[in-house]
Amino acid sequence: MIEFTMPTLGADMEDGTLIEWKKNPGDTVKRGDIIAEVETQKGLIEIEVFEEGTIEKLLIQEGTKVPVGTIMALIRPTAAASERENIAEKESIKLQPTEEKISKKQQLESRVKISPLARKIAVENHIDLSLLKGTGAEGAITREDVENAMIERGEIATGKTAHIQVSKEKSSASVEDIRSAVAAAMSKSNKEIPHYYLEKKIDLTKALAWLKEANTQRSVKQRLLPVVLLLKATAKSLKEFPDLNAIWNNGLLPKKDINIGFVVSMRTGGIIVPAIHEVDSKNVDEIMEVLNDIIPRARALKLRSSELSESTITVTSIGEGGADAVFGIIYPPQVAIIGFGAITEQAFAENGMLGIRSVVQVTLAGDHRATDGVTGSRFLGSLNKHLQNPDSL
Amino acid sequence: MNEQEIKQSIFQLLKRIAPETDPSQLKPDENIRETLNIDSFDALQFIVALDEKLGIEIPEEDYGKTTTLKSLLTYVKEKIERQ
Repeated sequence: MIEFTMPTLGADMEDGTLIEWKKNPGDTVKRGDIIAEVETQKGLIEIEVFEEGTIEKLLIQEGTKVPVGTIMALIRPTAAASERENIAEKESIKLQPTEEKISKKQQLESRVKISPLARKIAVENHIDLSLLKGTGAEGAITREDVENAMIERGEIATGKTAHIQVSKEKSSASVEDIRSAVAAAMSKSNKEIPHYYLEKKIDLTKALAWLKEANTQRSVKQRLLPVVLLLKATAKSLKEFPDLNAIWNNGLLPKKDINIGFVVSMRTGGIIVPAIHEVDSKNVDEIMEVLNDIIPRARALKLRSSELSESTITVTSIGEGGADAVFGIIYPPQVAIIGFGAITEQAFAENGMLGIRSVVQVTLAGDHRATDGVTGSRFLGSLNKHLQNPDSL
Repeated sequence: MNEQEIKQSIFQLLKRIAPETDPSQLKPDENIRETLNIDSFDALQFIVALDEKLGIEIPEEDYGKTTTLKSLLTYVKEKIERQ
């Protein structure tokens, strides 16, 4: 039996609140399916499952806050579950709220043990909680109990397709939550990781000329930003220096996939760092597509668990008009962070000639337990080489 | 579409990108991105939104003509008239 546990979505996460199960016992799940929604400091996160199988049992009630690592569900692995697959396509049911009148007192009945979701459905559909018998832990009323009550009342025409209408409450993660998540991760990093810092100026004139030309052939919607080239070049160089694309856990553990955590600043303060998966195997258009999807979702605090937990390195880019260089703090357990300053025009000497070039100051902060300056330095050299050949990015 | 309507559309689109700001308070010569704290990514989203809402495709080389409310208004008006 596979134990599905509350995942850790970063070094700063200690617990999470289960808001809603997205699967029921008997449902089959495959890698990447959303099994639950969990409220964390970084918003309402869709939690993915990484095994194939059939949900055997859900152990945690909706609305419960549990520490990272708590077993939340049991999943029967696929091989043993093949006969049960036919119940996976469980038909969903339709609810039509009726106009039944009930007293306000009944709606506000709060001493009944009930999960937040079940309460929400009950209130929205005017189900009298005092008449329900809970089947959950300690007699708590579950979502199923409420739905069963509605079936009894004849409101659910079983067999019809549709879904239960529950208006989603907006994520309650606040500016302060994000601030404290950042504070926890960065304090841990500063306490535990001996950083070394390197900086290199890289001429982007060629890369930007390539980008300008590329963008004239694209519609407004498909236009690329310079950061896409920086990300792609970073991924290519990381392939050559796998020790930087790694995590530190009492020893260096290089990672096969290059999942770049991209720092997104929140407009109201704080940062969120979603992962762009397998950047090395994506072309520049695909990377831009991911950015177009992930940045607005990060700002709306609507990310998936894999996007918050699977970064293997971090990239932070200051962007137009900002500071010339950024010296990052490594996000543990990663071992490096690469910082791109604003692209500026600078006097640049090369081959005995002085010219005006578009230049970016690139920094690398490395974990000195994991790598040495020479690795970082060679990495920056490789990054320069790739950015001088934008055609092959 | 008159100037007032264009202005309202611009405010609406800026508000969508920077919800906590009040774009209508922008002074004509203020740098829009600096004042409303709009980064490169959001700036591109704004250009895309302008294209979708008003049907104006702004080429990259014209970005410099759209930095202030005044210059952006003039630019958009000319573009619409030319269409």
